[in-house]
Amino acid sequence: MRRRSVLQLAIAGAFLGALSLNTAYAADAIKIGAVGPKTGPLAGGAAVTHWPNFKLWATQVNARGGLKMKGGKRRKVEIIEYDDRTNPGETIKAVERLATRDKADFIAAPYGTGLTLASAPVFAKHGYPQIAVAAITDKVPELTKRYPGIFFTLGNTTAFADSVVSILLKMRADGTIGSNVAMVNVADAFGIELAESARPIFKKAGFNIVYDKSYPLGTQDLSTIVKGAKATNPDAFVAWSYPPDTFGLTAQAKIENFKVKAFYTAVATAFPVYAGKFGKSIEGVLGAGGVNPDSPAMKAYRAAHKKITGKTADYWASPVTYAALQTLGQAIEAVGSTDRKAVTAYLKKGTFKTVMGTWKFNNQVIDQFWTVGQWQKGVFYGVTSTGASGAKPVVAKTGW
Amino acid sequence: MEILTIGLLLGATYALIAMGLNLQYGVARIMNLANGEMLVAGAFGAFWVFTAQKVSPYVALLFVVPAAFGLNWLIYRTLLRPLVRRAKNRGMLEVDSILATFGMSFVFVGIMLMAFGGDYFSYSYLAEPFVIFGSPYGLNKVVAFVAAAAICGLLYLGLNKTRTGMAIRAVAVDPAAAGLAGIDVPKMSTFAFALGGAVTAGGGIMLSTFLTLDASIGVVFTMKALIIVIMGGVGDVRGAIIASLILGLAETAVASLIDPGLTLAAAYLLFVLVLLFRPQGLFGRRPS
Repeated sequence: MRRRSVLQLAIAGAFLGALSLNTAYAADAIKIGAVGPKTGPLAGGAAVTHWPNFKLWATQVNARGGLKMKGGKRRKVEIIEYDDRTNPGETIKAVERLATRDKADFIAAPYGTGLTLASAPVFAKHGYPQIAVAAITDKVPELTKRYPGIFFTLGNTTAFADSVVSILLKMRADGTIGSNVAMVNVADAFGIELAESARPIFKKAGFNIVYDKSYPLGTQDLSTIVKGAKATNPDAFVAWSYPPDTFGLTAQAKIENFKVKAFYTAVATAFPVYAGKFGKSIEGVLGAGGVNPDSPAMKAYRAAHKKITGKTADYWASPVTYAALQTLGQAIEAVGSTDRKAVTAYLKKGTFKTVMGTWKFNNQVIDQFWTVGQWQKGVFYGVTSTGASGAKPVVAKTGW
Repeated sequence: MEILTIGLLLGATYALIAMGLNLQYGVARIMNLANGEMLVAGAFGAFWVFTAQKVSPYVALLFVVPAAFGLNWLIYRTLLRPLVRRAKNRGMLEVDSILATFGMSFVFVGIMLMAFGGDYFSYSYLAEPFVIFGSPYGLNKVVAFVAAAAICGLLYLGLNKTRTGMAIRAVAVDPAAAGLAGIDVPKMSTFAFALGGAVTAGGGIMLSTFLTLDASIGVVFTMKALIIVIMGGVGDVRGAIIASLILGLAETAVASLIDPGLTLAAAYLLFVLVLLFRPQGLFGRRPS
């Protein structure tokens, strides 16, 4: 009896000791909450774009001693991660937990349009700024009005659809392609919105949509779709797709030797896995996103990303996620404290030096973003944007 | 003609997904909701073999299939056998096994997340066109078809022409009566469960040559396998084969002739019709 109680006491003592060790470090650190999918349908995308950037940013900030506060003291950052399982209910719960129980100083925006929008009221209720990255919607104006603390950085739906049409317009004007377009979309919110946005724009530009079909999310066999599209003899193929159908459609197009001069698949075209799977066949494939990989800041970012996280960054939202963290860090340093109201006010009017260039929010929105990129010689270059610099000219696709 | 070929190739894919669950549910009476995770685990094995070792992913069959057999054998002995012993009737066992394997699926996803990360993994192997009746199809899908046919054929022969197979079929029909006839029911159930897991992992290897997967995608395959097993009828290998082919052909026909957006609706409509008019499944036995 006595021995057991001594043992219990010892264990309890060690446990409390370990806890206090933690809190001794944590007492001084700035707590940044990070919510996102580690499991569930969006986990694959988040694993590439979302999670590695937290590790990268925190490691780099802490390597130089932390963020500089008013009075010269430096405070390190501590990332608190939660898996929301791609479930908006879980996202909301996690944000509440970070705000009320973990008492996080700041919370990063979730990954995914639906999850970001679902948790926006909770961010607003607790007064946390929400710098959204992986959230693309046309409702940006009304959202920024409703939530004074939300910021958008990746663009809106119409711009993405519009850019694809403008590329095809230019290719048609150059005589590279004709007017027939085959368009497919995944039957999920993003794919449906893009398709609906694109249809009138195509029509107005004088294109004929000769194949216009949607397929359920998670369809494993895309051969019927590609064969159907090929049979209509289009000049361009546009797919508003998600991973894994982006991969499936490309694989099928390769097998069918689908000869189109313009081939576009939406999400995941910019992922390193895409290049890894298809090798040289990706030359000329268009996709959502893009970066200017030649800028020195981008080169340094990609090298550091590979070194610290062991993974290759994608060519779209990865650097934007990092830029959002840079922005938050610079705002905290400019204000000199973790006063959320002051930081939010500074975010609205400050100018920030980021890996994506100079950022200044215009009504809580970053107006300059890349919309379409193209694989050229193994690098996914940005070819169209809404005002970013460094766009490369588009090349025609010549076979697989 | 194209619809027929695509449909058959798709049916073979579905057969690979469903065969393992058919054995586990039909014989061992375990509705294994972690079935999809076993498939993804097998696919991970193939991915690792191909990218890290630079050899054909089919080499993974040599060690993944026995490993999956062993793992499933262990899972049945330690996790599921107590449920079997405790269950007073079949319904209770189904509920218990559903709950237990549902929890197990989360554990597996977590383990795979720790081991491989959450990224998508995909590679191209034998992605060359293979021409059948003038149209190109992926060679990897054709190989998967051949493998599915081989697995189904071997299973059918094994179950119907060997003594062990007969014992397994007896356990599938009525475990109590089989026990009375001198069959070691626990041993047969364990064997069937382990065999089902091995078949699923092998199927995962074949599918990884042309599908893109990640640690979380197992649930999609479990859902598909569930439909096929219930549609085909419990306890008979032929049911799963026929149901897979019917589903593959129906989905392809709907996608080609009507609209690709209706494939899911068509699949579930078929499922509902079968349940309405033949609730025991195509090859199932009416419960007496």
